[in-house]
Amino acid sequence: MPHSEQKVREPLFHIAKRDSIVWWKAWLIRGVVLLAALVFAGLVSFLLTKENPLRIYMTMLEGAFGTQRRIWGLMQNLAMLLCVSVAVTPAFKMRFWNIGAEGQVLIGGLATAACMILLGDKLPNPLLLLVMIAASVAAGAVWGVIPAFFRANWQTNETLFTLMMNYIAIQLVSFFTYKWSVPKGSGQVGVINRATHAGWLPSLGGHDYLINIIIVLLITFAMYVYLKYSKQGYEIAVVGESENTARYIGIPVKKVIIRTMLISGAICGISGLLMVAGTDHTISRDTAAGRGFTAIMVSWLAKFNSFYMILTSFLIVFLQKGATEISTAFSLNESFSDIITGIIIFFIISSEFFIQYSVRFRRKEAAAS
Amino acid sequence: MMWAGFLQRAIMQGIPLLYGSTGEIITEKSGMLNLGIPGIMYVGGIGGVIGAFLYEQNAAVLNPLLAVLIPLLCSMTGSLLMGLIYSFLTVTLRANQNVTGLALTTFGVGFGNFFGGSLAKLTGSDVPSINLTATSAFFRTSLPFSDQLGWFGQIFLSHSFLAYAAIVIALLCSFILTKTRVGLHLRAVGENPATADAAGINVGKYKYLATCIGSMIAGLGGLYYVMDYANGVWSNDGFGDRGWLAIALVIFAVWRPNFGILGSILFGGLYIVHNYIRDLDVSGQELFKMLPYVVTILFLVIISIRSKREAQPPAHLGLPYFREER
Repeated sequence: MPHSEQKVREPLFHIAKRDSIVWWKAWLIRGVVLLAALVFAGLVSFLLTKENPLRIYMTMLEGAFGTQRRIWGLMQNLAMLLCVSVAVTPAFKMRFWNIGAEGQVLIGGLATAACMILLGDKLPNPLLLLVMIAASVAAGAVWGVIPAFFRANWQTNETLFTLMMNYIAIQLVSFFTYKWSVPKGSGQVGVINRATHAGWLPSLGGHDYLINIIIVLLITFAMYVYLKYSKQGYEIAVVGESENTARYIGIPVKKVIIRTMLISGAICGISGLLMVAGTDHTISRDTAAGRGFTAIMVSWLAKFNSFYMILTSFLIVFLQKGATEISTAFSLNESFSDIITGIIIFFIISSEFFIQYSVRFRRKEAAAS
Repeated sequence: MMWAGFLQRAIMQGIPLLYGSTGEIITEKSGMLNLGIPGIMYVGGIGGVIGAFLYEQNAAVLNPLLAVLIPLLCSMTGSLLMGLIYSFLTVTLRANQNVTGLALTTFGVGFGNFFGGSLAKLTGSDVPSINLTATSAFFRTSLPFSDQLGWFGQIFLSHSFLAYAAIVIALLCSFILTKTRVGLHLRAVGENPATADAAGINVGKYKYLATCIGSMIAGLGGLYYVMDYANGVWSNDGFGDRGWLAIALVIFAVWRPNFGILGSILFGGLYIVHNYIRDLDVSGQELFKMLPYVVTILFLVIISIRSKREAQPPAHLGLPYFREER
């Protein structure tokens, strides 16, 4: 027998991939980790402010839901983050690491602003809105397709390419904000078409943001159906799992990559439209406000499921609003919310490990067997 | 001499990028695409600021050696911790590298701005803003005879020790990567971890070490920026997008730290060239600031189309490696 009688030292613990996990167990782990994260975030806030921890959480809730205005603001921010998150999802599902959503959103916003400024008094409003939609979709799509084209044909690293495209978009926006600035040279565009409201998305039932929220929900639903039930969604999933398999079963990989990034970029363009025409009515290099990067985390944490994304982006937006309120209430710097967001994301990222793997400790009686 | 001044400024702009890209190259060579570098550089900068601030507040007389050592150690500890968070999450807990990196950047930039903005308030001191000119003066000590040698002195000798350290570190890293066994193993881990593992190389250990050492090097870039370039005055978001530019420089240097030295000066020059062009309006300046990124994209496209083997990213860059999932 080759079997050795020597005692083999077993490591203290080993890690094994779980075959599957009951859904409630997975959610239990997520819930516990989230709770731990919130406690930890509270602890950090407590150490910095020396305030009663309960008051800190109350302040967070107050900041997010305190008044009707704040609730609308929360919903609006949620919708914007969700829109970008949904936009980046098809590409990620294909394992195409598009971290250029920030740029794609900005360039869509820039196209929108350009139409509002240059055509605002030349076209009737419905026609202007159509032109704006077309322009923002086209701009976002172009910004997304350029890296995809090179990735599909020459394996150009898409993470680095899309990252660089962000800054080109940001500088382009800076360039045009100086060109269009009111008053000249101030570097700020100001509210576009303040008097005529030309190109502004209409407010439904007196709520300015309602139309944004409805559009985003429609996009979210459509994306869910597209990824789950359409042939193209299936192709995306296969390319994501293995490009070689996809090629073998006759999926045109290049075409799928370019097409998916076209869709991804186009929806980013629409988010830009919603931010410029539906929210800010102006453009600056901060219009996307880092959502292009946050969206990547939101989408990934939601496991690319559009509906979970409502939850994850709610969590992020809630934390940001809450932490901002803490920082104003206790006169801390507003970057406090970034720290809290970062901590919570670290926690959630690590929770996925415990869902996918089980840690087995060395059994004391291992020698007895 | 205008061009001597330009070169000197370009080098000063380039040094933080050089630190960042050297750190990132070491990290990427182990197959880890650490997008947390911008955050790490912020933390490196604020770490130095915190150390210097506490020392200046508590010491009656500043000892030059301590005034340099304390911020240096604080800065390196801060960036080391950031590197540890990243490698713990990605190597031990097997989290996605891009997501972790971006979260780390959010956290690090927030951390820097938060403490930059609230440090005085938190420590209960009555200074209106953080101004570490005294510490900065020690950091900026340059060679004594640099101002007597005209343009030569201005370009090559007028810098502080951190600037020369950046170049030495870059050369050292190049040497280690290409000429030593450790470097060979590191490259093997980044190119094909499965083969490296089979050859008996501890993949996890290399990834951890490369990420942590890389982070500490990158963090020094933040320190240089605050203490030398900004004269010890922390301003929120002052560091700007230099962290991403450092990642761009990695590509431009084709993953070789020694190429990064010249590349950083070029990038530094591109970053400020708009100041030296006559009759350029503000909007035109913004277009010029795009240059480093455009150059990087062109470069990235060219190297991928030519597909020469020496100029490619590490084959396993950004991909996870878990032994039992092969």
